[in-house]
Amino acid sequence: MATVVQERLFGKAIKRREDPRFITGRGQYVDDVKLPGMTYAAFVRSPHAHARIRRIDTSGALKHPGVVAVFTGKDMAGVNSLPCGWDLRKEKNIPGVVQDLAMVPHMPLTADVARHVGDPVAVVIAESQAAAVDAVDRVKVDWEPLPSVTVTDRAARSGAPQIHTGAPGNVAFKWEIGDRSATDAAFKGAATTVKKRILNQRLVANAMEPRACIARFDTATGELTLWVTSQNPHVHRLLMCAFVLGIPEHKVRVIAPDVGGGFGSKIFLYNEEVVCSWVARQLKRPVRWTATRREAYLTDAHGRDHVTDAELALGRDGKILGLRVKTTANLGAYLSTFAPAIPTFLYGTLLNGVYTIGAIHCEVTGVFTNTTAVDAYRGAGRPEACYVLERIVEAGARALGMDVAELRKKNFIPKFSGAFQTLVAVSYDSGDYAAAFDRLLQMLNYRKFRAEQEAARKQGRLLGIGFSTYIEACSIAPSKLVGALGAGAGLYESAKVRVHPTGGVTVYTGSHSHGQGHETTFAQLVADELQIPIEQIEIVHGDTGAIPFGMGTYGSRSASVGGTAILMSLNKIKEKGKRIAAHLLEASANDIEYVNGQFQVKGVPSKAVPFGAVSLTAYVPHKYPDNLEPGLEETSFYDPSNFCFPFGAHACVVEVDRDTGAVQIQRYLAVDDVGKVINPMIVDGMVHGGIAQGVGQALCEGAVYDEGSGQLVTGSMMDYALPKADMLPLYETDRTVTPTPVNPMGIKGAGETGTIAATPTVVNAVIDALAPLGVDHIEAMPLTSERVWKAIQAAKAKR
Amino acid sequence: MKLPVKMTINGQKVSHEVEPRLLLVHYIREVVGLTGTHVGCDTSQCGACTILIDGQAVKACTLFAVQADGVTITTIEGLAKNGELHPIQQGFWEKHGLQCGFCTPGMILAAYQMLERYPKPTEDQIRHQLEGNLCRCTGYHNIVKAIQWAAEHMAGKK
Repeated sequence: MATVVQERLFGKAIKRREDPRFITGRGQYVDDVKLPGMTYAAFVRSPHAHARIRRIDTSGALKHPGVVAVFTGKDMAGVNSLPCGWDLRKEKNIPGVVQDLAMVPHMPLTADVARHVGDPVAVVIAESQAAAVDAVDRVKVDWEPLPSVTVTDRAARSGAPQIHTGAPGNVAFKWEIGDRSATDAAFKGAATTVKKRILNQRLVANAMEPRACIARFDTATGELTLWVTSQNPHVHRLLMCAFVLGIPEHKVRVIAPDVGGGFGSKIFLYNEEVVCSWVARQLKRPVRWTATRREAYLTDAHGRDHVTDAELALGRDGKILGLRVKTTANLGAYLSTFAPAIPTFLYGTLLNGVYTIGAIHCEVTGVFTNTTAVDAYRGAGRPEACYVLERIVEAGARALGMDVAELRKKNFIPKFSGAFQTLVAVSYDSGDYAAAFDRLLQMLNYRKFRAEQEAARKQGRLLGIGFSTYIEACSIAPSKLVGALGAGAGLYESAKVRVHPTGGVTVYTGSHSHGQGHETTFAQLVADELQIPIEQIEIVHGDTGAIPFGMGTYGSRSASVGGTAILMSLNKIKEKGKRIAAHLLEASANDIEYVNGQFQVKGVPSKAVPFGAVSLTAYVPHKYPDNLEPGLEETSFYDPSNFCFPFGAHACVVEVDRDTGAVQIQRYLAVDDVGKVINPMIVDGMVHGGIAQGVGQALCEGAVYDEGSGQLVTGSMMDYALPKADMLPLYETDRTVTPTPVNPMGIKGAGETGTIAATPTVVNAVIDALAPLGVDHIEAMPLTSERVWKAIQAAKAKR
Repeated sequence: MKLPVKMTINGQKVSHEVEPRLLLVHYIREVVGLTGTHVGCDTSQCGACTILIDGQAVKACTLFAVQADGVTITTIEGLAKNGELHPIQQGFWEKHGLQCGFCTPGMILAAYQMLERYPKPTEDQIRHQLEGNLCRCTGYHNIVKAIQWAAEHMAGKK
């Protein structure tokens, strides 16, 4: 029998299989779903940052033509608070807890007090979107405005307005990690110490598709179907059913179809989807809600918002002796789904970076404010840690008068594989940090650049270079470990592989693609393992009615955790196939191997059964082993043994206009090590997008609240400055490959690296450019021309 | 009060009675049922709703349906001819110019007009011309490459 050796697809930049529907306008996003009898929801939201609700009069809205119903928080009695899925309490033995997390309630429609601008207090349901929006203006809310606090480091001051009775002083929790006394001792023995206040401003994810949901209740079956913009449909279903609405999970189907970007903001369970699900059951009609962009700014979970005081202790030789970090993290008005984890276990645990450090201590205070809730945004905690470390390390080098590249090289953790125990709980998987940095310096021609910079400075030009050598924790995550740290969920992933009788394969994955290209990369894995044409493979995701219980996509986990689950199921398929083939070939299963798409007697390609014949036999089991079940379908759940730790080195060259403070990026270079790569084209694309978001934070983005009124000033795309094509360069990228020993494919994860690395890279470059003027630090981002100009003027005034 | 409106969309004549305040983009999506044209903002910044009106790239959220009475429109669904992708669509596929796909229809139609104006655009021209279209996934790198690919292949066809 002639066999065809199929080209291995792992590592190949094959074009995406999902693209034809997107480039022809045939994608189906939630707002594209049309159902008969649809009604439309519009929310009445608080115009105040903090206000007591005296009374709500819905009569005017109810009289408005086309209005079907109006509901307030009082109507939703019996519906519970939105849950927070991460606990930080001493009685649960969560490490590092200094003050227990205040588990404050977060009702789908608040009935007593509104705690941020945009907090929903009522919903209007109408026959058309326009009627619903019109009638919102006819709901009369009698407000009693209260004083508000929005600023991170003012929330816990005495006299600040109290936001929750269950959180005295607006403190949500206090937490620490590391060794305080060892760190104090390290600072006593230091030759040089630097201390900087480092602000990491609030960001908005800005997925291009606004959040949306459609809830439909089937009176005949009692089943509720929820289409929702979700990165993790099973998490949505579990939280909504078990915690909020108290309805059985098996009667709820959650569908996350094509989703237009997430970046973390579509992980969480939100008020609107809970309210629409509840309303659909009341009215027995489908209900649709799609966020306006203004609503997205007001209600999508925000990211970052840290105020940090960081101190670094250095020896005369440039060795890092100690790091001390005190951070206040703004959690917003309520606890979003995973909020407490972000500024704690995804932040403090990354402060070791890629360096050998003598001692580390970090303490974090989480505070409530009258702002939109803060939770995971691309990188989630890790960009904040990287920013603190990479800024303070460069500040340390400047204080010592040492080259910033030289200081990094002196302190890199040497190459290792297997385990490097950090001072902040986590143990790294594998790393060769110097190799990535050396490659970057080579691409950059670093010495030549410094010579050019010197020449430019003599001409009065402000040319600068910045670096970051970053690490991140991804492939989230070992369930037992995160459970011990306070997670309310396991973080495994699932995959069901169904081989059809005629040899086609459908994979049902618990991961969810909202831009990541799983329909391509996962199919590459299957094609390789089964050695069948990729055209015979279909990847299904995003429908709890089809896929096994899965945890979804965030924390750069899909290829490493979701992909490994697929691999496990494929191995089971092959094992069962061997038993079927052995029976057909009258051989022992132990003597069968799977080669080039056929089951054959080891070393005897002529004694073989093709994959399709085995699959057909599995479903037409006439000639079949006695003790084997028919069918060829296997499900696996993979729970990783550790996080994976991608790393890399980024550099940016900027020129600053000394008269205007405008920053121009001239070059952006990235060397990332994300372990093994399934599809380099897709990984490069993720790196590009991540860099753009990181540059955005450095140069233009930021959510701004007006301090007196608590209004979100940057509540539209006119006011929140997203990066545009003309402020970014073509990125120069490369990779080193250090496989992780954690999973069998050696994949680490690539979704967040760019965002983590880029922000400090760009800020360090601007500081380097301004160094001749005497600027050694700028506290706050984004580095708009105004902020840079002010820094230049302040430095001039000091001279 | 409703007003009659007629137009040609992707070669098909359509006519409806609509509220005067109905935006063209909502007319296309909700009344005509072509959902490839997307809505990403409320302020005409994102460009996800870009369509071609009488050959000009226009954000469909910037006018009312009744203002478009009598025009000829091409939406993303109408760009491929006889099952053959337009070179710009092909370029986005070849060069991985999209990830989540939400901004893509608007990007492609903005690129369509760009390449009519500048058949051989420089990188700077492409970036400048894309100022009215936001993408959060790609960092624009591969969108630039996709449009360059399309420009080369369209030049070859002429």
